[in-house]
Amino acid sequence: MSRTFLGLPRRLSRPDDGAPPAGADGSSEQPFGPVPHPQAPLRWGDAFPVAAHRTLQDAQLRRNLGHATQVIRAKRAAVVDEVPDWEALRDAGSALKERVMAELPELLQRLEENVTARGGVVHWARDAAEANRIVTEIARAKGADEVVKVKSMATQEIGLNEHLAAEGIAAIETDLAELIVQLADDMPSHILVPAIHRNRTEIRDIFLARMGDAPPDLSDVPRELAMAARAHLRRKFLSAKVAVSGANFGVASTGTLAVVESEGNGRMCLTLPETLVTVMGIEKLVPDFEDLEVFMQLLPRSSTGERMNPYTSLWTGVTPGDGPSEFHLVLLDNGRTDVLADEVGRAALHCIRCSACLNVCPVYERVGGHAYGSVYPGPIGAILTPQLTASTGGVSGHGDVNAALPYASTLCGACYEVCPVKIDIPSILVDLRAREVDADRSRNGVDPWAAAMKAASWVMSDGGRFGLAGRAATLAHGLGGRDGVISVAPPPASAWTRTRDLPAPPSQTFRQWWAKEHETPRTPEEER
Amino acid sequence: MTDARTEVLSRVGAALGRPGSGTTPAGKVGAAPRDVVVPRGYRAAGEHVAGSPEVLEQLVDRLVDYKAHVQQVAEADLPATVARLVRGLSAGRAVVVAPHGIDPGWLAGLGDEVAVREDSPASPLPATELDAVDAVLTAARVACSETGTIVLDGQPDQGRRAISLVPDVHVCVVRTAQVVQTVPEAVRLLGAHPERPLTWISGPSATSDIELDRVEGVHGPRTLHVLLVG
Repeated sequence: MSRTFLGLPRRLSRPDDGAPPAGADGSSEQPFGPVPHPQAPLRWGDAFPVAAHRTLQDAQLRRNLGHATQVIRAKRAAVVDEVPDWEALRDAGSALKERVMAELPELLQRLEENVTARGGVVHWARDAAEANRIVTEIARAKGADEVVKVKSMATQEIGLNEHLAAEGIAAIETDLAELIVQLADDMPSHILVPAIHRNRTEIRDIFLARMGDAPPDLSDVPRELAMAARAHLRRKFLSAKVAVSGANFGVASTGTLAVVESEGNGRMCLTLPETLVTVMGIEKLVPDFEDLEVFMQLLPRSSTGERMNPYTSLWTGVTPGDGPSEFHLVLLDNGRTDVLADEVGRAALHCIRCSACLNVCPVYERVGGHAYGSVYPGPIGAILTPQLTASTGGVSGHGDVNAALPYASTLCGACYEVCPVKIDIPSILVDLRAREVDADRSRNGVDPWAAAMKAASWVMSDGGRFGLAGRAATLAHGLGGRDGVISVAPPPASAWTRTRDLPAPPSQTFRQWWAKEHETPRTPEEER
Repeated sequence: MTDARTEVLSRVGAALGRPGSGTTPAGKVGAAPRDVVVPRGYRAAGEHVAGSPEVLEQLVDRLVDYKAHVQQVAEADLPATVARLVRGLSAGRAVVVAPHGIDPGWLAGLGDEVAVREDSPASPLPATELDAVDAVLTAARVACSETGTIVLDGQPDQGRRAISLVPDVHVCVVRTAQVVQTVPEAVRLLGAHPERPLTWISGPSATSDIELDRVEGVHGPRTLHVLLVG
């Protein structure tokens, strides 16, 4: 397997990814890849089972993730425990989001009205291409060949940076983790901490090789690394003409938008440039300003495990003399209405992107974010990504890599327990799996599941046949390794062992054991 | 071809099973959602009143936890305290930015050793100049003790958002009566003027992006002094 710098498995290109960028071939000696950026940020790389198998072999990745998720879980638990009305806040948050979905047409129009009344310009985008075009045109109109960016999942989802680059506009990520990912030509692997898969030494190496102005004696102490990023971005902030952000919340009743952050890069982008463009998914609304009192308690404690994040900015249109003189809001669909149309799956749109479900997930903790092949990894990604790509086969699409995502879970339920808006992720996973099975049933001429069940029913309906079958099964005992499991079985059992182990059958059946246990010593009585 | 606005709204309508709305891109028409009543069982206010000793103690505890510097100062001592904080920031003559509506008394102790630059929406200092000053002095709108949060709302005693962002040291004066216990109390107070640009500050800027190890001081002010007055 060709491996890129720091052992990150190279993303294998899929036929629909188009040509990899120049230099992608034979570039393994290049320090950081490149890891080609996918043309479809919601569908890249191999299907989960294959991708996970590969990432599981990366011991460094597992160590980095294990450490990081353990730290964040402990922090979250501590600050959640000190809130006496946490469950009441979750109930309110869940119901508020459900209300937003039910009243979405009215709330969207109210938001538009209020933003417009305060001097903002509202744009609507049906899909990623349309949103990218809108942002590009605004940047062009301002004569900008560079835009500064606040970390934003929506712009990740539409591949805005890559689109702008193709149009000759450099998008500079200013969040520290996004900067690390961007400099390494890598993909993010976590919603909140996109570079969670990198440790301090790897980050130092990336800065030294790619930042350009990193001090040559840079150490791997986090403080020094953060200071290098501060110095590197300072000039960009002070000179940028156009900024692009996402939004954590949009208040329908006032037209107020909110960005929640830590480093101050968000404030820089939202305050200093003359023009601000915010790309927001249509589901990120809250009905009223007062509703922020719920979400501003739920989000920081769930995401970074802090009582409150260092900085939150709220702005309403344009404020003369303070901040950008031009504000554009792009309202993005890009598959969200398909999710909304699903009675069960629509709850996935309640997500406030805190990433608590990633941090507690035993699957995510081991395979990492890249295995999910989407900018939305982890449990929420497993229900959101397939649904967002429903119109192109993401849900139960035969052979679609995203259709495998609902299986990327043990259904342990930890994600549901920590979700600040109580999204029942396990139930949605099961629902999506059921749909996949149903779709497969109608697709194939012969349903192997139904055939197997019919055969089993014939065998089990007769004691003699059942005993014979049991004895036949013991023949497979030899296939098991010393650990008593079969890792590679011949067809048709290979369909099972391709992705999981099969416990080896014992050397004798229960009936054989029983007979043996009771045959000696035989009493004359029994002989009769 | 319909415009994007009409089409997105029609898709949303279809997803919610509203009549005459067509379908979503995947060809779906959803079921109508149930009516939702939002349960508001959470605390609308804390057990301690604004400005009470319990609330102040909690605010100090939280701010110190975030690595902010906090002092409780008597009104009469405020000018001297401000002067002491600002003077030490530069080997030469320190420069402090103040919004045009700030209480001039707060600056009275500065003397000739400190230069004061006034900033207002009408005559704003360029960002590059803000980058060169040593500190900024502002008031605040409200503070929340449970979360250690101070909110600025851009009024004349707090100034433009840029002035409390670019300088490396932020000295923020909070009156004890402005300190409430819970987030809902703060939000409802701010809700009187939701259109004002709001900046919620909980300690100096910080990042946890490297191994989730918290580092204080990234792009925003690396040092936050909170002076509790009253």
